[in-house]
Amino acid sequence: MSRPMLLLSQLLVAIVALALWQFLTSVPVFGRILLPPFFFSNPVDVAGQIVKWFSSGVIWKHLIITLWESILAFVIGSLAGVLVGFWFARQPRVAAVFDPYVKMVNALPRVVLAPIFTLWLGLGIWSKVALGVTLVFFIVFFNVYQGVKEVSNTVLDNGRMLGMNERQLMRHVYWPSALSWMFSSLHTSVGFAVVGAVVGEYLGSAAGLGYLIQQAEGVFDVAGVFAGMFVLSAFVILIDMGVTLVERRLLVWRPTAAEGRG
Amino acid sequence: MADTAQPAAVALENATVAFRVAGDRVYTAVEKANLSVAHGEFVAIVGPTGCGKSTLLNVAAGLLRPASGSVKIFDQPLTGLNRDAGYLFQADALFPWKTALDNVAIGLEIKGAPREQALQRAQGWLTSVGLGAFANRYPHMLSGGQRKRVGLAQVLIRDPKILLMDEPFGPLDAQTRQIMGNLLLELWNADRKAVLFVTHDLEEAIALADRVVIMSAGPSARIIGDWRVPLPRPRDISEIRMEKDFHALHREIWSLLKDEVMKGYAQSSLSAEAV
Repeated sequence: MSRPMLLLSQLLVAIVALALWQFLTSVPVFGRILLPPFFFSNPVDVAGQIVKWFSSGVIWKHLIITLWESILAFVIGSLAGVLVGFWFARQPRVAAVFDPYVKMVNALPRVVLAPIFTLWLGLGIWSKVALGVTLVFFIVFFNVYQGVKEVSNTVLDNGRMLGMNERQLMRHVYWPSALSWMFSSLHTSVGFAVVGAVVGEYLGSAAGLGYLIQQAEGVFDVAGVFAGMFVLSAFVILIDMGVTLVERRLLVWRPTAAEGRG
Repeated sequence: MADTAQPAAVALENATVAFRVAGDRVYTAVEKANLSVAHGEFVAIVGPTGCGKSTLLNVAAGLLRPASGSVKIFDQPLTGLNRDAGYLFQADALFPWKTALDNVAIGLEIKGAPREQALQRAQGWLTSVGLGAFANRYPHMLSGGQRKRVGLAQVLIRDPKILLMDEPFGPLDAQTRQIMGNLLLELWNADRKAVLFVTHDLEEAIALADRVVIMSAGPSARIIGDWRVPLPRPRDISEIRMEKDFHALHREIWSLLKDEVMKGYAQSSLSAEAV
């Protein structure tokens, strides 16, 4: 399919879905409206709400708060994940001791930690950052751990035979290998940073996109809930596009699936 | 050809290599190997699959310790890694996250050479292996043969006194192998290093080496034959195969090697059944 054709088809899906939504919430079928507007709102109202948020400028404050929380959660979680991942991979004994606890904490649904973080860190951004960190940390940690463990023995031996000492092996072999694994999970970890921020806001806060959705829900403002969801999706897509750009820059050396020549 | 006045570049004396497998069982890969490579001598080791040729090479590299016997490099007992040796691996050993140029330059950089100078010399080496125009490619963008060339440049830029090669051209197709063989001889001719070259291909061994060493089938593989190759240098790999002396030597060595190859096959099918 050519690119304009593809874009057109994608646009068509959106138009059909929106039209169907508008139709079912406003035009009676066999004498009754299938989707009561009270529960389903309608595209026009939702669009109106979004426009109102942007034209009044209310939304920016919430977007910026959520963005900050996501960035902080990502940076702190990644740093901790890289450090601990490296440490465990290079010290198998430490890894073995902590193994059951790591598994235990990772198995815990992180949402249940939210109330604890709110108690400890208050209603401000740090309780949301903490929640995001617990999500991001494990993804990065497992990937870096794997990355260091799975360095090819031949490449390591080659490094040694070329005269590298432990520090140089770290810099030229372990580190790039671990980073490549971390970057390959970049989409997931950035996504989880946003999830942590929004869920945290939803459960208790005074600002942010999660807060906006929660507030709208509290007064049965379904249009507000949907509007919040749309803004959130657009926000995540934009971040994801940014990640894709970064990834292309950083992983040039990796074969992509399409050109995976042997 | 080989300089015998100087101490041997590599000397294995009664080297036995054993691995511990599954609990207390010990698998002896190589038993009491005696092998010496003179300064500037090109020695090829040939043997059936799984006979421990690579094991012997790893011992010379210092990547493996022999269970008994001694390893001497220029008359010095080897402790730790062999710092005089460059090692060309059978599998891909390039750093996939570095360009061809950086892969070659790294050997100088870790010795503390200024980056500018390292890159300049690396470019020179890439040109001598015929990849001058591919400096900025990453390994996955190169063909198997090109990756081997980069590997060769990566090893040679450090100017090691000994070159250890573990079936370096094994995964390549027949034509590329001949081209690589000629390239290797050409580079080796420029400053004769001691070479220990492991291969399963007898023809390749005779065409390249000054001496061909034959190993028996494993386990407990031993060195069972040692031939001088009286063919003149410089050689052209594809032409030398047509010569009478080549054929005579090939026939002579093959009569010994054939039985070992058969034993090797029997061994591997036996162990496959045991598993």
